[in-house]
Amino acid sequence: MPKTPSANGRQVFSYFQESRALWRLTGIIERIETSMEEEIARLNEVNYEFSDIFYFCRKGFEAIVDDAVTQRFSSEELLSWNLLTRTNVNFRYISLRLTIVWVIGVVVRYCFLLPLRITLAAIGISSMIVGTTLVGQLPNSSVKNYLSELVHLTCSRILVRALSGTIHYHNKENRPKKGGICVANHTSPIDAIILTNDGCYAMVGQVHGGLMGVIQRATVKACPHVWFERSEIKDRHLVTKRLREHVADKSKLPILIFPEGTCINNTSVMMFKKGSFEIGGTIYPVAIKYDPQFGDAFWNSSKYNIVSYLLRIMTSWAIVCNVWYLPPMVREEDEDAVHFANRVRSAIARQGGLTELPWDGGLKRAKVKDTFREEQQKNYSRMLVRNGSIGSLSAGTESD
Amino acid sequence: MLLVVYPLRSLRKGLCRRETIWQYYISILNWWSVSHSQITRLYSRFTSLDKGENGTLSREDFQRIPELAINPLGDRIINAFFPEGEDQVNFRGFMRTLAHFRPIEDNEKSKDQNGPEPLNSRSNKLHFAFRLYDLDKDDKISRDELLQVLRMMVGVNISDEQLGSIADRTIQEADQDGDSAISFAEFVKVLEKVDVEQKMSIRFLH
Repeated sequence: MPKTPSANGRQVFSYFQESRALWRLTGIIERIETSMEEEIARLNEVNYEFSDIFYFCRKGFEAIVDDAVTQRFSSEELLSWNLLTRTNVNFRYISLRLTIVWVIGVVVRYCFLLPLRITLAAIGISSMIVGTTLVGQLPNSSVKNYLSELVHLTCSRILVRALSGTIHYHNKENRPKKGGICVANHTSPIDAIILTNDGCYAMVGQVHGGLMGVIQRATVKACPHVWFERSEIKDRHLVTKRLREHVADKSKLPILIFPEGTCINNTSVMMFKKGSFEIGGTIYPVAIKYDPQFGDAFWNSSKYNIVSYLLRIMTSWAIVCNVWYLPPMVREEDEDAVHFANRVRSAIARQGGLTELPWDGGLKRAKVKDTFREEQQKNYSRMLVRNGSIGSLSAGTESD
Repeated sequence: MLLVVYPLRSLRKGLCRRETIWQYYISILNWWSVSHSQITRLYSRFTSLDKGENGTLSREDFQRIPELAINPLGDRIINAFFPEGEDQVNFRGFMRTLAHFRPIEDNEKSKDQNGPEPLNSRSNKLHFAFRLYDLDKDDKISRDELLQVLRMMVGVNISDEQLGSIADRTIQEADQDGDSAISFAEFVKVLEKVDVEQKMSIRFLH
């Protein structure tokens, strides 16, 4: 494994080769696992053959039909229908009985469950705002910390009930401790509520307007969350400095960070940004896996805004998920941040049963960097000029 | 008989005015006469790539696929989908180009000798590859066209002189009528020992 940060392109490429096997099993086409060298084997001594393009051609078409990355930015397809129209991608009418069951399901969800959930959510949010504002008036003391924890936990639990959440926590002995950093895979904004259901964390995030902003301002009085202004987020050193100060204070709550940077659809873990791993301190990885049969927790932010997303969540059957607390990890002596991030990511992926992808979650919105294409071109050039056969070009075609 | 309800809005946009939905479906089946579920899967794929939701794909939609964007021949492959001078491809065009990569089944080899040659025959696959080289469509691969493809595949790692000599040598090997360009017949002759069917095919799992 290359240790220099500049070898990122090669790392990605080799990861790409290695991790293909896992997700290929669920693809729709059969992918042949040969490397470039095997495919472009030489029939005779000529350097370049017209058939060399076949390899790239086929790879290109395979990517068009079924690729690993773009499918992560839309909801997972289910093997069997769970009576929600939203998961019924290829609509087929099956039978009258099933349609009647579905209609009953719609009535139950929209007329019975939805009002109850909205009421609970309203109670939860208002008690959180009121509670944290009251606690925030107290002077800093252990009583204040205790009360703030109590308020946060209670309101979190109300909010989880509002979503009909059933959460199973595993390995509670590994729960993040004070002064540490908790990292988890990101599927939806609900992840934060799911984790705070079982412990208190200091959140990190951007300051929003509206209701979110009110909640943020109220909670930061009671508990030292780290909210950044939009302008401050761009300044990476400032962000790292503030986080470092927070971590250095061992009496402060563990920070909760989602290093992927964006919501992924819970079938895989994409590249972790190295920023969170440069801060230092102990990392407590957490794996979160939702059960898709009961409801789809993934937030496709390009398709739905937050309000319609919450509406869809509240009209699903339930949110069922498993949370695994993994043993703490520290960065080793000669390990760089990228390598450490990959190590943590592998541990999370293995525990949650998710596939690992070396691709950046930012590809949801941004174009891929040219360095990866250059890597492929370099590999091919190396093949073309191997055996020093370029030197024999001037010697004529004696091999024929 | 399976009842399939396609999202009619986007499908309608992909139709010629004369045809009905059923004829559209049948014409796709002609190129790809295997299972209905494959067409359904590919249609889901087409709609998921179609961010503008207007029933057609543009070049940007293809470039959004990271694995295709890093492919050295990515731009040429994308161009293969778009007919002359057009910027949008509908589902029929999408399937038509993909049909070149269907594997050649054994039981089809002896079928219907009188009908038009299927798009995934060995000859048509080779023709597809030939068109990737031949940009100006004069049925010849000139030295310049070969150099362009070579440059796309090696990037900046090989110098112009070296690349030029590689190109010259390759053309010299394949050229039989001495015009320093490769015609389709010469192209086929050079590749006669290559297992085109296996290299240029995509197998579906179900």
